[in-house]
Amino acid sequence: MTILQAIVLLLVAAAGTGVVVTRDPLNQAVGVSFFGLLLAILFLVFQAPDVSLSAIVVGALALPLMLLLALAKIRGGAE
Amino acid sequence: MSSSVRSTVFFIGAAGLAVFLLWGLAGLPDFGNFRGDYGLLLNRVGVEQTSATNIVAAVTFDYRGFDTMAEEFILFAAVLGTALLLRAQREEEEEPAEDMAQDRRPPHDSDAVRELCLGLVAPAVLFGLYVVAHGHLSPGGGFQGGVVLATAPLLMYLAGEYAGLRTLSPRTVVELAEGTGAAGYVGVGLVGLAASVSFMKNFLPLGRPGDLLSSGTILVLNFAVGFAVAAGFVLLLTEFLEQTLEVRRRSRA
Repeated sequence: MTILQAIVLLLVAAAGTGVVVTRDPLNQAVGVSFFGLLLAILFLVFQAPDVSLSAIVVGALALPLMLLLALAKIRGGAE
Repeated sequence: MSSSVRSTVFFIGAAGLAVFLLWGLAGLPDFGNFRGDYGLLLNRVGVEQTSATNIVAAVTFDYRGFDTMAEEFILFAAVLGTALLLRAQREEEEEPAEDMAQDRRPPHDSDAVRELCLGLVAPAVLFGLYVVAHGHLSPGGGFQGGVVLATAPLLMYLAGEYAGLRTLSPRTVVELAEGTGAAGYVGVGLVGLAASVSFMKNFLPLGRPGDLLSSGTILVLNFAVGFAVAAGFVLLLTEFLEQTLEVRRRSRA
């Protein structure tokens, strides 16, 4: 394992823990986007560019966006 | 259940999980010493058998093409379900009481965001098509390229051009692309069944490895998945956006 791989693994672990301990769903949606980006970098440094591309678009873009839109919908109805 | 009982149950469960997890981790091969023969075998024969220089694409669209079909229909079903749920709701009237300050308009987007997003629309379409078309040659493929394609209408929306989003992705075209992409995948599989002996058989000429027009059905399937995924994501986004935006606008009026 190279130093780069170790660093990225630690960052992913830290970001994942950060998302779990965040209580506010809005902050969580932003955090999960950052986590998705780190996950994409992780796949890249482990030489899986195909998976990395998927992780960028799904983890860093699509999932947080869906969460934000769903939150907007829920809050719009509740308030 | 009192908190002391709850924490007791938790600690027993956590200890059990830790024991089994450590036991399992101890049995794993060392880092970097993967012992699966399948990958090594495919690396050796894949290019020769499929003419695809991206072995990942050869696996997902040829050797394991049937699995990918099911995966595509997972997305198809998810999009369909979301669209059904949100559409049924849209008929309902929403109470206008959600907004106290009815006369307040949302703030305008900055010109920098507008120009940047509008400028990125055409490159996003081009790059998406590139990733789809080169899926059998380099990392990427139908799924990844499809989502990149779907970001083009999204950039339109970010630029504040909600009407432009509708122009760039008319509902009928998007729904047609979604259905055609999903059906096209099955169609390619069925033609393989008719032309040869098995479902998903790669029946097209394979071409020379490295050429854009090579690898037979893998290229065709990449495009089918690309269109289905792009249309699926656009459908999801527009359903959500219409649900949140148009219902609100109607209740304002």
